[in-house]
Parts: sequence; structure tokens; C-alpha cells
Amino acid sequence: MFLLNYTLYLADNALLLGHRNSEWCGHGPVLEQDIAITNISLDLIGQARNFYQYAALLKNDGSTEDTFAYTRDIREFKNCLLTELPNGDWGQTILRQFLFSNYQYLLYEQLQHGHDQQLAAIAAKALKEVTYHLRWSSEWVIRLGDGTEESHRRMEQAIAEIWSYTGELFIPASYELEANANGIAPDLKTLEVSWLQKVNEIFTAASLSAFAKATADKVYMHKGGKQGNHTEYMGYILAELQFMQRAYPGAEW
Amino acid sequence: MLHTTDIATQPVWTILENVMDPEVPVLSVLDLGIVRHVSVNGNEVEVVITPTYTGCPAMDTIKASIQMELLAAGYSPVSVKQVLSPAWTTDWMSEEGKRKLKEYGIAPPNPKQQVCHQHLFVVDEAVQCPHCQSWHTRRISEFGSTACKALYQCNDCKEPFDYFKCH
Repeated sequence: MFLLNYTLYLADNALLLGHRNSEWCGHGPVLEQDIAITNISLDLIGQARNFYQYAALLKNDGSTEDTFAYTRDIREFKNCLLTELPNGDWGQTILRQFLFSNYQYLLYEQLQHGHDQQLAAIAAKALKEVTYHLRWSSEWVIRLGDGTEESHRRMEQAIAEIWSYTGELFIPASYELEANANGIAPDLKTLEVSWLQKVNEIFTAASLSAFAKATADKVYMHKGGKQGNHTEYMGYILAELQFMQRAYPGAEW
Repeated sequence: MLHTTDIATQPVWTILENVMDPEVPVLSVLDLGIVRHVSVNGNEVEVVITPTYTGCPAMDTIKASIQMELLAAGYSPVSVKQVLSPAWTTDWMSEEGKRKLKEYGIAPPNPKQQVCHQHLFVVDEAVQCPHCQSWHTRRISEFGSTACKALYQCNDCKEPFDYFKCH
């Protein structure tokens, strides 16, 4: 059971962030970056499909990848709150992508050597793509943070908006603890150290100060997504994502 | 390519030479290096493929095309299985495939994995313009029209072009 839940956790993170990023399609600040963010979206939704297909195999009750994405209700989704937050402005989307890609990169790096063969294969495959995502978003955090007065101000604002959603990434749910105990998933405490190091490195290069302040203040961290307790934004996402299957159950192209 | 052929599988490999990537129609699935294994048992055939990129939307079409071609050739049942490991790399693309890509106007992937690293703001990889052969080119965006491509422009002939990025 923990393996199914852990797989769904990985899938839901990828699906939700992929879906959020896809909202930029046709609205990016410039064409090349519109293409970049939607490419990242495609990679994430591809990851989600691989994880859901594996979850379907584990569940073995006739469920398919689509059953998981289109027919589960809000409390069954295990994604971190960070992935479901509204896009905000371009700076906020970039920041969220950087914070999450940084997490995904470190997670997959370990997962690819874990004891579950299929999760390891999906992670090893995706890691090559996540490397692009992390590099691209790191460069943009620096460009915007160290850019104009306006872009700097917006990046500081973005940090203030979403920093308190990052703590949850490293608070393990029961299925993560079990996956770790079984040699499948990494220890989140170790991951957090490397994650913070990278954040520090990029924020320093980007002349962003808010990070130091945020940690010094030990801000309140939102949590609950991993257990199915989501923000008020989640229902709206599902309403859009799942409309067709809710209105016309079993509809196919 | 990591495959072996024998008298039973040879006709299948020949058929696969004519199954094209729907997004880069000059490349066959063999040129791309995504066919990992073929096994034939009487009339029954199994083809094992691996995706280029995780989210590549062409995979379903490719799967269906392989099935259609083999069924048309009289094989039945035909199963196409997808595996993820080992992960696909552009090193598996055939030399013939790279030549065809260039002729088609897409710069083929460089042989070494120069881009799969984490260093920021590095000097762009040297990519040859497929139109005028100049090496004097620059990257416009590391994401292009499909997951496997980046967008470049030639500083000499000024033509923009796709680069099939090494992966």
C-alpha cells in the first residue's frame, strides 16, 4: 500500500505542476519562454503518466492512468501544496519551478538507485529532463533577481508569497517513511540540506535577500497536501482538469 | 544499436526501417535508436521500444504505426512494449539518421553529452548550421518546437534552425 501511495505522490506532484505550467501556453512573456515553460509542462505530464501507469499496475483492479488523473476526488490527491499554487506573475512561476525542480532533481538522483526497479527507471529517465528544468529556472531566478529594480522587487515578492509552502516538501508522510525504510526513497532530511544549499547559492547569485530573512524568522510552513488536505485552489484545478470525465464518464477521443 | 538480427527477425527489422517518426518524418524508428529488441515466434512478434523524452507525444503514434505495418505484413499478434531503462540517449541515433536530419534542415545532435550538466550561463555548445555549414551560430532558446530540439540561429546566413539536442 505504501508503494502505491508513494507512486501516486510522485505522480500527483508532476501532474499538478505540469497542469499549472500549461496555463502559460500562449501567455508567456516572450515566445521562446512560452515554449520553454510548456515544454517543461510536457515533461512533467509525461512523468505523471509513467508514475500513474505504474500505480495502475500496482493497484491491479482495472484502474488506468486516466482513472487516477480524472476520477479521483480532491482528498485522494497527494501532491505538495506548492505545486497547486496559482501561477502569479512570471517571477512567481519561475521561482516555484526553481524550488520544485531543485527538489525533484535531488529526489530523482536518489530514487534512480532505489530498490524499486520501475520507480528507479522512471526517475533515471526523467532526471535528464529535470536537469534542463533546474538549469533553466536557476538562470531565470538569477536574471530576474539580479535584473532591474522592478524584476528584483517582484522576485522578493514571489519569495514572500510562496516560501511558506516549501517546508512541506521535507516533512515525510507515512508512505515516504515506509518507502525510505524499504530502501526505495531517500531520506528527506539529507535532501533538505542539499536543497537549501542550492537555494542559497542561487539566491546569493540573484542578490535576493528575502531567503535569509525567511529562515531567520522561522516562518510558519503550510502542510497537508501529502495527506490530501489541499488549498482552496485545488478544487478549481480539478474542476477544469476533470470536467469531461465528470460530465461524460468514460468519454474517449 | 544494440540489436542482433537472425533469419526470423530480419524481415521485421526491414519493415521497421520504414516506420517514420511522425514529428521528424525523415527519421525511421531505427535511425532514432528507440527500438531496443525484436522477437519473433512463428507469426507472433514483439517489439520493445523506449521513449526519447518522458513526455514525447509521438510515442503513441509510433507504437500504432509499428503495429499497423507489422500486421499489414502478416504478423499476428503484434505487441509493442515500452521500456524506460536504460534511458534513451542521442548516442543511439544512427550516423545515417544524423545525415538525414541535417539534409532535412535540423542540426543533428553533437556526439558528446555536453548539455546535460548543471553549470549556469555556459557558452553555447558549438552547433553547425545545417543550411550554410557555418559554425558561427548561437542558441536562441534551449527549448524548441518539440521536447528533443533547441532553437538556434546562424550568425552568417541568419537562418534560424532547430538543433536536435544531445541528450
